[in-house]
Amino acid sequence: MAAKTDVYQHPDYYLLDELLTDEHKLIRDTARAWVKKEVSPIVEEACQKAEFPKQWIKGLAEIGAFGPYIPTEYGGAGLDQISYGLIMQELERGDSGLRSTASVQSSLVMYPIYSFGSEEQRKKYLPKLASGEWMGCFGLTEPDHGSNPAGMLTNIKDKGDHYLLNGAKMWISNSPFADVAVVWAKDEEGVIRGIIVERGMEGFSTPETHGKWSLRASATGELVFDNVKVPKENLLPNIKGLKGPLSCLNSARFGIAWGAMGAAMDCYDSALRYSKERIQFGRPIGGFQLTQKKLAEMITEITKGQLMVWRLGVLKNENRATPAQISMAKRNSVHTALTIAREARQIHGGMGITGEYPIMRHMMNLESVVTYEGTHDIHLLITGYDVTGISAFE
Amino acid sequence: MKILVCISKAPDTTTKILFKDNDSVFNEDGVTFIINPYDEWYALVRALELKETLGGTVTVLHVGLASSDTEIRKALAIGADDAVRIDAEPNDASFVAKEIAEFAKDKSFDLILVGKETISFNGATVGGQIAGSLDLPFISLATKLDIESNNAIVEHDIDGGIEVLECEMPLVISCSKGMAEARIPNMRGIMAARTKPLLVLPSFGSQRLTNTIKYSLNPGRTTCKFIDAENAQQLIELLHNEAKVI
Ligand SMILES: Cc1cc2nc3c(=O)[nH]c(=O)nc-3n(C[C@H](O)[C@H](O)[C@H](O)COP(=O)(O)OP(=O)(O)OC[C@H]3O[C@@H](n4cnc5c(N)ncnc54)[C@H](O)[C@@H]3O)c2cc1C
Repeated sequence: MAAKTDVYQHPDYYLLDELLTDEHKLIRDTARAWVKKEVSPIVEEACQKAEFPKQWIKGLAEIGAFGPYIPTEYGGAGLDQISYGLIMQELERGDSGLRSTASVQSSLVMYPIYSFGSEEQRKKYLPKLASGEWMGCFGLTEPDHGSNPAGMLTNIKDKGDHYLLNGAKMWISNSPFADVAVVWAKDEEGVIRGIIVERGMEGFSTPETHGKWSLRASATGELVFDNVKVPKENLLPNIKGLKGPLSCLNSARFGIAWGAMGAAMDCYDSALRYSKERIQFGRPIGGFQLTQKKLAEMITEITKGQLMVWRLGVLKNENRATPAQISMAKRNSVHTALTIAREARQIHGGMGITGEYPIMRHMMNLESVVTYEGTHDIHLLITGYDVTGISAFE
Repeated sequence: MKILVCISKAPDTTTKILFKDNDSVFNEDGVTFIINPYDEWYALVRALELKETLGGTVTVLHVGLASSDTEIRKALAIGADDAVRIDAEPNDASFVAKEIAEFAKDKSFDLILVGKETISFNGATVGGQIAGSLDLPFISLATKLDIESNNAIVEHDIDGGIEVLECEMPLVISCSKGMAEARIPNMRGIMAARTKPLLVLPSFGSQRLTNTIKYSLNPGRTTCKFIDAENAQQLIELLHNEAKVI
């Protein structure tokens, strides 16, 4: 497949760039330039072959995509939350799988080690994770416990000088090549604890999940623990209960809320360009009212979504963003992106199903994004619970 | 080695070009600016490569208003050591060149690099005028630059071929495609740029020698006209009356 030049131009209908600092724009433009140069030319092929291009790891580290908001003394970039959001937006504009890899490393691996880890754990893991020398994964979901992680069966037993870890995790992004795994397991009292498992520990394996139609450029697999002896110092000392994994998810969902807008903008940009170039019945298809309706609704939803994630970023910078607000944005952005991807695919006609255009790839990717990190419906129930005070989960 | 890289800014290539004040001023409202690509991709990056192999410093200089600080920070993020902005409207090439020369005259730069032209105004005269003001040699449209002891070895395109020139430093070179490969700043560079010095100087008060009266746009591409194969007479009429080519 011939590598096409990436001519993406980002839509900014309400001049929201004016709400960003010069540094925000520099960070965003840097991520965008990197994606155009290193990702776009090969992403279609990577997806067709279901391979995560390992050469992306170094570039991701260089543009600050691993732990953007982790302090510099631990190798992070020490940036604010809007910068984190912008980087995720640009990565997912390229591909949701690429963004997933960076989300997991930053929010699901570095964040818990930084927030709940001991000083020794921070020093040992964070710099290597920030530089991409080590890749991490996050094990919460189990075969029988997805939306309801509190029911997990994976467990640790205190054996005096070590913990004995047993159980299995499923649907774990980055697991096939991860060097470290932040794993959530129940202790003997049934309290959820976080523990760092390293590749090479006896009884620990990471079989890859094959045959995905979605996030094909991101590796997904299982984590299998068969009497794994984990040193005591690998337990995250400063967190107990479901709050631990949920606060990681908060951070990741915030990034997804921005990221999915990136995918939406890419679909819109491609559809807008195509609609001006493609001639049918003697005129550009963009001249027909039905196409204009699609495009006009897309840019309206994109503008609303951009405003929402920007405001959420401001609240998050001020430490005021609630989990329910983050849920609302994650759900809205992904839904917006999926709807736009489907409409954009129609505008591209038959070309829309090919790898010549990014649409079908985004659309299939977003089917994972709408499910992981809390499904579309679960986030709706979170909003419902937040506004009524009545839980509809159980 | 001390290198000065002169950078200008230009509207992003996708900008819709509009004018104001009776078409005498470019309307900057809502326009995204970039560092002029010849300055950034070739002059600045080659300067950084030379610094990385031979040691020394790279200073970027911009004549322009505070709104350009974004582009200057980007140049620092890519790797320049420090930056200078001469606080004046850069609307006349001889003025800009004089201001740069005034700044550079007592700083003993070994190399002064400029882009071959800005992609907006395409004047291509600033480099030559700096060299003229400072009484330095000038090589234009360079596609390759190496340093051997105290000499610059420069390749530049000539009609149908390449000329290789040798010139003792200091000198002024205008840089063209081929000299280096564009660099994307990395996060460390962006963070370092926060604290790198950006010195703002008042104008030296050089004279402006030209004044823009009016801009206008090219008529641009018009749509194709299709003529039936049987209708040769219509084609001839159009070529004669409309295109006025026969
Ligand atoms: C590509 C990919 C990568 C992933 N990466 C990771 C990872 O790195 N780490 C990790 O831990 N997990 C990961 N996941 C797992 C993901 O978080 C789960 O798939 C998700 O939480 C949903 O769980 P489930 O698949 O078991 O679906 P289920 O929980 O079985 O849900 C099935 C359906 O039932 C609905 N449902 C469930 N409960 C309710 C309720 N109370 N009310 C109404 N509807 C309900 C859901 O909304 C959904 O529509 C990944 C998943 C995918 C697809």
